[in-house]
Amino acid sequence: MSRILSLQCRECGTEIPVSPTHVCDLCFGPLDVRYDYAEVARRVSRESISAGPPSIWRYRELLPVELDDDEPVTLGEGFTPLVHAPNLGEVLGLRNLYIKNDTMNPTNSFKDRVVSVAVSWARRQGFETIACASTGNLANAVAAYAARAGLRGYVFIPANLEEAKVATTAVFRPTMVRINGNYDEVNRLCTELVDLLDWAFCNINIRPFYSEGSKTLTYETAEQLGWRLPDEIVIPIASGCQFVKHHRAARELIDLGLVTGSGAAMPRLTGAQALGCSPVAAAFQRADGHVVPVRPDTIAKSIAIGNPSDGGYVVRIARSTGGVVDCVTEEEILEGMELLARTEGIFTETAGGVTVGVLAKLARAGRWRHDETVVAYITGHGLKTAEVLNGRSQLEEAIPPSVRAFRERFGAAAEVPAVAGRRVPTAATTPA
Amino acid sequence: MARRRVRLTFSPRLVTEPVIHQLGSRFAVVTNIRRADVTRDEGWVVLEVEGEPDDVERALGWCSELGVRVDPVEGELAT
Repeated sequence: MSRILSLQCRECGTEIPVSPTHVCDLCFGPLDVRYDYAEVARRVSRESISAGPPSIWRYRELLPVELDDDEPVTLGEGFTPLVHAPNLGEVLGLRNLYIKNDTMNPTNSFKDRVVSVAVSWARRQGFETIACASTGNLANAVAAYAARAGLRGYVFIPANLEEAKVATTAVFRPTMVRINGNYDEVNRLCTELVDLLDWAFCNINIRPFYSEGSKTLTYETAEQLGWRLPDEIVIPIASGCQFVKHHRAARELIDLGLVTGSGAAMPRLTGAQALGCSPVAAAFQRADGHVVPVRPDTIAKSIAIGNPSDGGYVVRIARSTGGVVDCVTEEEILEGMELLARTEGIFTETAGGVTVGVLAKLARAGRWRHDETVVAYITGHGLKTAEVLNGRSQLEEAIPPSVRAFRERFGAAAEVPAVAGRRVPTAATTPA
Repeated sequence: MARRRVRLTFSPRLVTEPVIHQLGSRFAVVTNIRRADVTRDEGWVVLEVEGEPDDVERALGWCSELGVRVDPVEGELAT
């Protein structure tokens, strides 16, 4: 018996058969995968999950791909470290602060989760071409997983995208379709091509399946906390799709009994945006919750979506769970990146700087008791946006290659005492 | 024939203007509203615009020039 029943419109509730489509024919609302949770409950348990691979595919019963005996298209994505952050926690007054370090994915971003699910679904459906419109993390992942699956990959980009941005995708040898137009126009072309081509566009026609991969981040967080949900999760917001899916994942964990007792309360879900692209944070402040589209102007390009598809749903979920949606300035983004790096040794891209920036802002405003369990989702690696840090490190003037010069410059710090296992030679112990 | 599913977002200045009526009368396109939320100060309308590709393009271009924000109905989905 199949676990996957249909696609259902989030707005009007209309159900349609499982197919590569992403908006409701009646009201043009977004579609979600509908599961037979009784069947899922029969198949899934903490034990069955623990026995699975150390990747997102340990949660395969909660994902929309009927694999039967097939293997998914995987590069080992997911099951990334959930790192207790005592140093950052000390700075922010949080004893139980955790960083979900999704920079550790195969192409160094959270997108590997969703693309692994999307490409696995598409291959099972017989698609031979995987495509996307993207200038960043999604393009990296689609190109890599298309290569892994042996499928044709097409990545649509604005023609004026810098070469450095193209290289990390082009290396996987997808077809790079360069469009003389801005990113909005590239997106629009892709939504038109969806109706004409028998291709799987990850973030368009197979979006209901693709987006389900997001849930694994929250499944993992609960499992790594000992099958407990945290008190609050801080999540970066771009389209808002990921945020919505974390809410769904927490609901599933609770309803399936995978989390129990005090660890089975719905976490507060809090969203993080850059002030330069903060339509959802602005909507959160409004009584009616309306999302008014904006023109993005921020260094946090991987989450710079001016007209977020799921913005309204984010506002509702944040409110209903007791979370908030807040934003930080460009300087606070950079400070967030630096704070995480120097306290916990984790280097995140600008989107992670947004998350840490909002985390710090809320902590300093006294949002949390010091013993609450708070998790921040860090979704992309710092090397992806390293250029934003140019000029921010004050380097010491160079010294000659001599011990004396080193001692003169670094003074007391250079007076290294004897430590266990490494003796400083003295007259008595120096061999003759 | 071409069909475009779009979301039109109206600023306070335009929310009381009969923009969708004018779309159908100025251009050879058929508009079909599926969802909307319009208040005194602002609003959005999700609709399908159908016609010859050039007509659809011109009609939506005219909307943009007027100051109405025109987006794919899916919103922006990735960067």
